[in-house]
Parts: sequence; C-alpha cells; structure tokens
Amino acid sequence: MPVAPYLLIVLVPLLPLVGFVVLGLFGRRYLRAFSGLFATGLVFLSTVIALSVAYDYYFISGAGPDSVYHSAKVLNIHWLSFGPDFSIDMDLLVDPISVMMAVIVSLISLMVHIFSLGYMKGEERYATYYAYLSLFTFSMLGLVLSANLLETYIFWELVGCSSYLLIGFYYDRPAAVAAAKKAFIVTRFADLGFLIGILVLSFQAQTLDLRNLIQILGPGGQSLADALLVPGNKGSFLGISALSWGLTLVFIGGAGKSALFPLHIWLPDAMEGPTPVSALIHAATMVVAGVYLVARLYPLYTATPNVAEIILWVGAISAFVPAVIACTQTDIKRILAYSTLSQIGYMMFALGASGFTASLFHLFTHAFFKALLFLCAGVIIHRVHSNEMKDMGGLRRLLPVTHVCFLIACLAIAGIPPFSGFFSKEEILAVAWENNPFIYAIGLVTSGLTAYYMFRLYFSVFWRKTPAHEGLHHGEAPASMKIPLIILAIGAAFAGFIPFSRFITPDGRPGEAPAFGLNVIPPVFIALLGIGIAAWLYGKESNRPEKAAKALRGLYTFAYHKFYIDEIWLFITKKIIFNLIGRPAAWIDRNIVDGFMNGLASATAGVSAATKGVQSGKVQDYAWFFFMGIAGLAILFIYLYT
Amino acid sequence: MNASAVVFYILSAFILATGLLAVTSRKIFRTAIWLLFSLTGVAGLYFWLGMQFIAAVQVVVYVGGIVVLIIFSIFLTQQSGKDLPSPLRRRTVFSALAACIGFALTCLLLSRYSSFRVKESDYDFAPDMSISAIGNQLLSTSEHGYVLPFEVISILLLAAMIGCIVIAMKSKPGDK
Amino acid sequence: MNQIPLSHILFVSTALFFIGMYGLFTRRNMITMLMAVELILNSVNINFIAFNKYLYPEKLEGVFFSLFIIAIAAAEAAVAIAIIINLYRNLHSIDVEAADEMKF
Repeated sequence: MPVAPYLLIVLVPLLPLVGFVVLGLFGRRYLRAFSGLFATGLVFLSTVIALSVAYDYYFISGAGPDSVYHSAKVLNIHWLSFGPDFSIDMDLLVDPISVMMAVIVSLISLMVHIFSLGYMKGEERYATYYAYLSLFTFSMLGLVLSANLLETYIFWELVGCSSYLLIGFYYDRPAAVAAAKKAFIVTRFADLGFLIGILVLSFQAQTLDLRNLIQILGPGGQSLADALLVPGNKGSFLGISALSWGLTLVFIGGAGKSALFPLHIWLPDAMEGPTPVSALIHAATMVVAGVYLVARLYPLYTATPNVAEIILWVGAISAFVPAVIACTQTDIKRILAYSTLSQIGYMMFALGASGFTASLFHLFTHAFFKALLFLCAGVIIHRVHSNEMKDMGGLRRLLPVTHVCFLIACLAIAGIPPFSGFFSKEEILAVAWENNPFIYAIGLVTSGLTAYYMFRLYFSVFWRKTPAHEGLHHGEAPASMKIPLIILAIGAAFAGFIPFSRFITPDGRPGEAPAFGLNVIPPVFIALLGIGIAAWLYGKESNRPEKAAKALRGLYTFAYHKFYIDEIWLFITKKIIFNLIGRPAAWIDRNIVDGFMNGLASATAGVSAATKGVQSGKVQDYAWFFFMGIAGLAILFIYLYT
Repeated sequence: MNASAVVFYILSAFILATGLLAVTSRKIFRTAIWLLFSLTGVAGLYFWLGMQFIAAVQVVVYVGGIVVLIIFSIFLTQQSGKDLPSPLRRRTVFSALAACIGFALTCLLLSRYSSFRVKESDYDFAPDMSISAIGNQLLSTSEHGYVLPFEVISILLLAAMIGCIVIAMKSKPGDK
Repeated sequence: MNQIPLSHILFVSTALFFIGMYGLFTRRNMITMLMAVELILNSVNINFIAFNKYLYPEKLEGVFFSLFIIAIAAAEAAVAIAIIINLYRNLHSIDVEAADEMKF
C-alpha cells in the first residue's frame, strides 16, 4: 500500500503552525494589516491539501483490494526513546476517521478564518487573534492526526491552551477572564483523568501507539483484554479491572473536553469569547474531541460493556438536560451552547450504543450546521450589539442571507428531511432503538426539545416584532462574512446525502447504508410538533410565553437556573474541596515545606553572617592566619605524626 | 673564644638589634636607616664567612639599590617627619605571640637536628679564585652550569622593570 | 670562624626571620612592610650561605641561590614600590588598613 501520497498530510497541521509562529512573533509589529489574510491563506492551503488527501484516500488509494480502508502511519519520528522497545513517537495516522476529522477541522477553520476577516476587522489585537486561531487549528489538526496516545495528549492540552487564550481574548472583561479560567480548570481537571487513563492503558499494553494498543488490548488475536477484564486480576483496583479503569479515565478526559454532564458547566460560559471562536472551538471542533477520542478507542470500548454503559447513560443525560435548559435561556449564544451540549450528548450515547458510524456522521453534519448557527449568531450580534433575544426580532428583512442560512441550520438541527441533521439523527435514533428503548425515548424527547428551542430562537430573532427600520441602509454584512455562511449552509443542507457508512465504519469495511422506513415518522413528527409550539408561542408578539412560563413555574425557574449545577459545583469546590483539602495543603505548604526551605535559607544566612567577619580585607590578619596555619601543620606533622 | 668568634657575636647582635629597631621605630626615615644598618651587618656576616663576592653583591644591590629605592618611595609618598601610625594593640600582641611561637618551634627543631656533618677542611678559597669560579659556573653551559637560570632571571628582571613602569604610570584622566 | 657552630648562625637567621615577620604583621605602612620582607629574605640568604660554607665548601650552589634571591628581591622591591605608588595615587594613603575593599 503506497504511503508516500499521504506524506502531504504533514503539511496540514504544519501550515497553521507556521502561521502561528510568524504572526506570534512578527504579527503585531510588521504584519498587522495582512495578518488575517496571511493566516487565512495558510489555512486555505492546508484545507486544499486535506481535501486532496481525503479524495486520494477515500476514492483512489485508501481502500485495499478487499475494499477495506486500512490505516497508515505517516512520518514515523522517534522522539523520546526510553529504551529499545518503548519510545514516544511523533507520527501521524491516516485512517478514515482521522482524514474525515482533518477535513472537517480545516474546512470549518477556514470558514471561521474568512468570517473573522470581516467580524474582527479593526480589532486592537487583530494579529494576536489570528495567531491564536492558527495555534488552535494546528493543535486540533495535530490532535486528530496523531498516532499515539501521548501525542494525542500533548495536542489535547495545546487545544485546551488555545481555547483558554481565545475565550479570554477580551481580557479586559472580567467575565471573559473568569470564563477562560473556568474552562481551563474544568477541562484540566478532566484531563488528569485522561492522563492517568493513558498511563494505565499504556502500562498494560506496553505501548503508546494507538494501533498496537487496540491490537493488544482489544478483542481478537493477541488480546490481553480477557485477562485484564477479570476483576481481581492483574492491575485491577477496587474490584474493577484495569482495562475498565483506564477506559473510564480516558472517557472522563473526553467528557471534560466535550463538556458532558456534569462537567459541562464551562461551555456556556466559554461563549464570552469572540463569536467566530465559539463557532470553531466550542461548537464544531474542539468540543467533539471527546467523541473523537472515544471513537479512536472504539474497539476497546466495545470490549468493555460496563464502560460503554457509562458512556451511554452519560451521553443520554448530556443530551437531555441541556436541551431542557436551552428552552429557558434568553442569551442567543448560550442557547446555541446548550444545544451544542445536547448534540454532543447525542454523539456520545450513539457511541455507547455501538453506533460508531451514526455518531461520527452526526459529528460531521453537526460541524456544519452548528458552525453555521454560530456564525449567523455572529452576524446578528454584530448587527444588534447585544446577545439578548429580547433585543432582537423581525430581523428577516435586515439580514436576508443570514435569515435563510439560519433557517437551513435550524431545520438541519431539528432533523427535518432532507437537511443533513435528519440523516445523522435518524441513524442515531435507529441505533438507540435497537439498543435500548428507554434511551430511544430520551433521544426522541430531546429531538423534540431541540426543534422547539431552535425555532423559539429563530422566531424570536427573525419574526416576532416588526423591525425598527433604522439601519437598513447599513447593508447586511461584508462579503467575507456572507461567503462562509453560504458555503456552510450548502454543507448543512446537503451533507446528509454523503453515503457516510461507505467510508467510516469501526473496522474499515464499507457498511450498508441505513434504510429509512416507518421509523422516520416519530422523530419528524415530534420535531414538527416542537416547531409548531415554538411558532405558536413566539411567532408573533404576544404574552403567551409568559403564560406558559407561569404555568410551568417550578420547572421553568429550575431550568432557567440551569438546574443549579453551577451552584452545586461551587458548593463542592468552595465548601468541601477548599476547606477539607485546600486549607490543610496550604497550611502544610506554608509552614512545613516553605518553613523547611526558609529554615535552610536563614541557617545559611546566619552561618555566613557569623563567619564573614573572617574576611576582613585586612591583609595582615590574613597573613597571621596563614602563618598560624602553617605553624599548626608543622607541629602536627613534626611532633604528632612522626 | 678567639677574635673571629667575638666578631661573629658582635655582628649578630648588631644585625638583630638594628633589625628589631627597623621593625619597631616610629619614624619612617629612621626605619629605612636601621634597615640599611641591618643589611650592612648581613654583608659583614658574609665577609666573616669568607664570601666576599656575595658580601659585595649584598652591599651593591641592597644597600646601594633597594634601600635607596625605598627611600625614594618614602619621599614620594610620605611626609617623612611624621610619626608612623602606631600598630593596633591587639594585632601587636598576637603578632608577637606568633613570632615567639614560630621562633620557639624553629629553635626546638634546630636543637633537635643540629648534628650536622661539618667538613673541617677546605674552608678557605682564595677570594679571587672563588669569584672566578662563580663567574665560570654562572655562565657555563656544562652540567652544573647556571646559564639557563641566569637568562631566566634576566628576563624576569626585564619583565619586572616593564611591569613597574606600567603599574606606576600615571593614567590620563580620560582613560580607564 | 670554625669555632662557631653552624647552629648559632642558623639561630641568628631564625631570629632575623621572625623579627621580619613581626614587622610584616604589625607595620601599617606599606613601605615598612616591604622593609620587613627584605629582612626575611636576608635571613634566608644567610641560611643558604652558611649551609654552603659549612656543609659543602667545595661547591657554589648556595651562592647561586643567594644571588638569584637577591636579584628576585630587587625585582620584587621594584614591583612592590610601583604598586604602592599606584595605591597611594588611588587611596591617598599607603596605610594597609585603608586598602581593605576586598572583604565580605
């Protein structure tokens, strides 16, 4: 199998890195005006390369004679060698998922880069913004292409770091700074789990390489899985087998990055960052890293049903709870954030229900319509200068292109055929139906809720009020902002027709395209129902929403306050962790660790203060000491040691 | 005790007494003069030992050279009429103690190891003979010749001379 | 001279050495310290000459050593005086107590 053609894929992450380095070093001073175009050009190149490699891989050379997609390692670099058979490598993996992810990431990143040309224009730290954006693109591409767990982890942290930088981009706003810190700490906390999981897994398998790891630990051939799965066997802890521990911990890391319940609290706050950043990082790419990670280790998760069960339930809860919260929020970006949470929950429970293809398909389509929604929100916010739904209304005449794009995205996310979301959601629900009817029910209700809150948003923004006509002459938005919308809208509308199961399956063998039969009816019906309710409540200016809120008062306030999950976390951290762990640790640090160090320092200082008088600078004293020393030695050697 | 022995003890007493005065006198110029006397006494001791050449060198170099140099430098740096600052009492006590300890130790060693094998014969060279022998051996390139140290010492003297000039040269206010 | 034992001459040179050392330790004026050093060197010279004369009268090694010591002493005196003059220029004093900058 020829490997050489894929070597080009090395450039895909490297070009944004070049952008980051150049803009980071020289951007602010020398390249100010061109920094946006420069970074965009580089990302454009890397998108083109990613697409060409993808074309090559999927349609020409990727599939072997048995039409199975093989994985290939590109660029095998020994980086840290610990011994003859254990080293940390830097290499890139080319297989169906990684190529698909590389295409999505570079494409969405390109759209966001182009969009930002208009959106961030005139911003004080324009070049810095593009440098961060390039850094993020580089790290995310590295993450999806990396071939071993530690490399994944490195890029994982880089992604977290660039996310931190971009959330806190407006660092003069306290809310943005707090949100950046929150995002960083929560994901970092989860990453600890990821790291321990990596250590557990690689220790058991004696390798970090993903393919070897799956081969050694996964079901089949030289599997260790059977031995490791027995509780009480090698490496087990608290009666749970080593493999389960490792995979659960890795999943916790993924859950933190993907903002799954109950670690989802950082994502809504992360909306403090610039809106294109939210579209790129907190909707389309970074937050699905957890899904990607679980998909990467999918063979291992299928071998451990108990962990898959955890994923299933965490995913289902993460799909349902944020959907309920989203119904009550009024900040446009927060609604989208909760909707993202809910959709990631969908992907996750699909993985837990062994719907590998369905999950990644949803990831694929979701990237288009969610990025589109955020970019539309960006245009709207750009125009209205507010995030609050009540400040909007009747914008369909002012923003016609945005209106159409937003509508397409809403239809896609609500699962109305023939838009892309319909196909992927349908597959997920089909998988859930086969697996567990209860999960199916949750998915169905969530789907209805999704349709409801998306159209609540849609009607509130574009209909409801008659628009104030001032500002019509401003025009909608610059072309650099409209073009990405249109491209993404095309993607959101038609991505569903891609025969996804041909390309991406757990074992690389082309699967069957799912047939849509009668099972299509309930989700579409419930989605239409949600849209209908939203239209009834928000289609025109009325007091119906207030009445409905009053009727459901308890539930409404509960959901409006996000089920008090933030407060619970605050209670746990501030009252329990700080008091029981933080304070004693601080006391020990201050009094024992620091005390020991300070004691050493002051002892040294004391001894030197006591002895420095000898260094008087009086040459005759020195001579005297010198002579007495000689005399002493003479006596010693002549009389005592003869 | 013959006259030679008497001369030795007188010379010794003179050397030590003037040496002691040279290190204790309060007036710097007198110190230099006492030093001069002491060095002259050492030259006398060399005469008494029959080493005329060394005695002559002692007089020429020390008395005629170094002491004159010292006196020059006294004139350059000092109002010679003023008393020297008196030494610190603590240091005087400790220095005397150190000197006494060292002296006692050395004398003990001397008394312990004083059974030297002294050759009774061949004491007296003819003076001129001695000087010509010194000259021949100093410039000889044969086995016991000292021509190499002689050349080395001449280079050292040259280096010292240049060094002195460089060190003592007045630097212009601008440079540094 | 053969009535005087060698140890007496050595006693004189030792006494001269420690007189010089005492002067080196107590004198505060650098020129007088230099004089004390000259006394010490002389005491060493006396030793060389006496040993040469008493133990190896047929040889001249002691004489050569003394000659070289005298030469080096001259060089040393010259350098020392140059340093003293330079110091005097900088500190306006040749008191050794004044030159105590190299301390803790």
